[in-house]
Amino acid sequence: MPASLLARLTLGTVVALVLLFLVVPILIVVPMSFSNARFLTFPPPGFSLRWYEAFFGSPAWMQAARVSLGVALATALGATLIGTAAAYALSMSGSRLARSLTVILLLPLVVPIVITGIGVFFVFAKTGLLATLPGLVLANVMLATPYVVTSVLAGLRGFDPAQEMVARSLGMNRLRAFLNVTLPQIRPSVVSGALFAFISALDETVVAIFIAGGQNQTLTKRMFTSLRDEIDPTIAAISSLLTAASLMVVVLASLSARKSSTRS
Amino acid sequence: MTSSSPALRRHERREQLLVLALLSPALAVVTALLVVPLAWLAVQSVTADGAFTLEHYRRFLTEDIYWRSFLLTFRIALTVTVLAVLLGYPVAFAAATLPRRWSVVVLGLVILPFWTSVLVRAYAWMVLLQRRGLVNGMLQGLGLTDQPIALINNEFGTVLATLHILLPFMVLPLYATMQRIPRDLMLAGASLGGGPLHVFLRVFLPLSMPGVVAGTVLVFVLALGFYITPELLGGGRTFMVSMLVSRNVELYNQWGAASAIGVVLLVCVAALFWLASRVVPLERIMGAR
Repeated sequence: MPASLLARLTLGTVVALVLLFLVVPILIVVPMSFSNARFLTFPPPGFSLRWYEAFFGSPAWMQAARVSLGVALATALGATLIGTAAAYALSMSGSRLARSLTVILLLPLVVPIVITGIGVFFVFAKTGLLATLPGLVLANVMLATPYVVTSVLAGLRGFDPAQEMVARSLGMNRLRAFLNVTLPQIRPSVVSGALFAFISALDETVVAIFIAGGQNQTLTKRMFTSLRDEIDPTIAAISSLLTAASLMVVVLASLSARKSSTRS
Repeated sequence: MTSSSPALRRHERREQLLVLALLSPALAVVTALLVVPLAWLAVQSVTADGAFTLEHYRRFLTEDIYWRSFLLTFRIALTVTVLAVLLGYPVAFAAATLPRRWSVVVLGLVILPFWTSVLVRAYAWMVLLQRRGLVNGMLQGLGLTDQPIALINNEFGTVLATLHILLPFMVLPLYATMQRIPRDLMLAGASLGGGPLHVFLRVFLPLSMPGVVAGTVLVFVLALGFYITPELLGGGRTFMVSMLVSRNVELYNQWGAASAIGVVLLVCVAALFWLASRVVPLERIMGAR
């Protein structure tokens, strides 16, 4: 059937082009980060690690990287705890009230980020949390909680609550039943929720622009300010490192998913 | 049923309390940092020096910059959404219909940029599209132009980079919907004598519409609120609503004006979600993210 072959070829070409459009811009940054040129040219005239040295040798960039990593870890921990608790409660209760509360929990996903930014700025200005680490973590926990809630809710949908009932009828208390019976089965969705929270905090820029300052500037806020002025090749090195971090997280998440699918 | 034994009622009350206790930390964080500030913004938008006023909203009718910014933002969001449907549909279709091994590759290539920092991607486009960048170099090398063309610091750069960031938000809900379309239906269509194109148009396309709606709303709404990309690739000339909000706060300390713009933007977003929720359940749209 030549007509269907032609259709398939066209589809294949379109899909390949779109995928190239998606992936090439991200990959192009990596070779540029190893360039020895003062300015960004492609292909790079020669190999050097100068931009990585510029990054790792700069106290300001290093401080920002520490802040970002710390905030991302604390966010992942906090958002996973409160998000998992909330998702478990929502799946337990079938009431209409619970359903409408879900909407509030998902609000951070839909409110345009600049509006969230000035809102958080206002609250923090009143409470003295501006430019503090706890403030940064709190804001990122708020932004990341919906990711954990949706991920864990999806996991709980495939879980039979009767199993937890059985454990409790055999004498386990509620917490032990949850930890020993329920949690192991929804672990992949908890893990991917945590990874998503981590990445979202590592990437968050807009709210940080409003609320981070002084010693407590995040990597992305510093990158944004420096990009507004000029295209500094150090950013290429940082971008490559951030992309590598994202890639690692994607691999971890898919491994966690695969592990669970081979077990069940 | 509710008037059964007191023990059962006590148990029910305990369950409700537990649900509330488990929900409260997450609710507290979102309420304190988002619901309260939104309410405060709404109040700010109708007050000046402590008195009620509609002055901040009157500006929408009288000041050109508000209109132009909203029009530009809606135009860019619409352009990006249309392009995202056109480019995203074939990719999602391929991912949903190809043999598993290939569909994993396609999905992986969609998810990788999805998880990569927005800032990194904006930077990548700045590098690619600058005057002496790769794209201009290629265009001149091919003899298509002899002068570098302005690809960033304008609407074109903003649209391209925004599309790059939002395309996965179209592909993923589309894929989720298409994957649920039973293959038997296509076979049945074919066995009834429909050609592949006919079956696609009459069976597959209509069944994939919930995914199209979900992806469209998601992409359009996210594009309306975009900030980083237009700020970096628009060169201060592609003045979108988000920039209007942030400038009013950062530069002019005009909270009333910023709040009014924010409220109008929020109302637009809420209206879009409400409209979409009449076709596709809201959880499906949100879950796709």
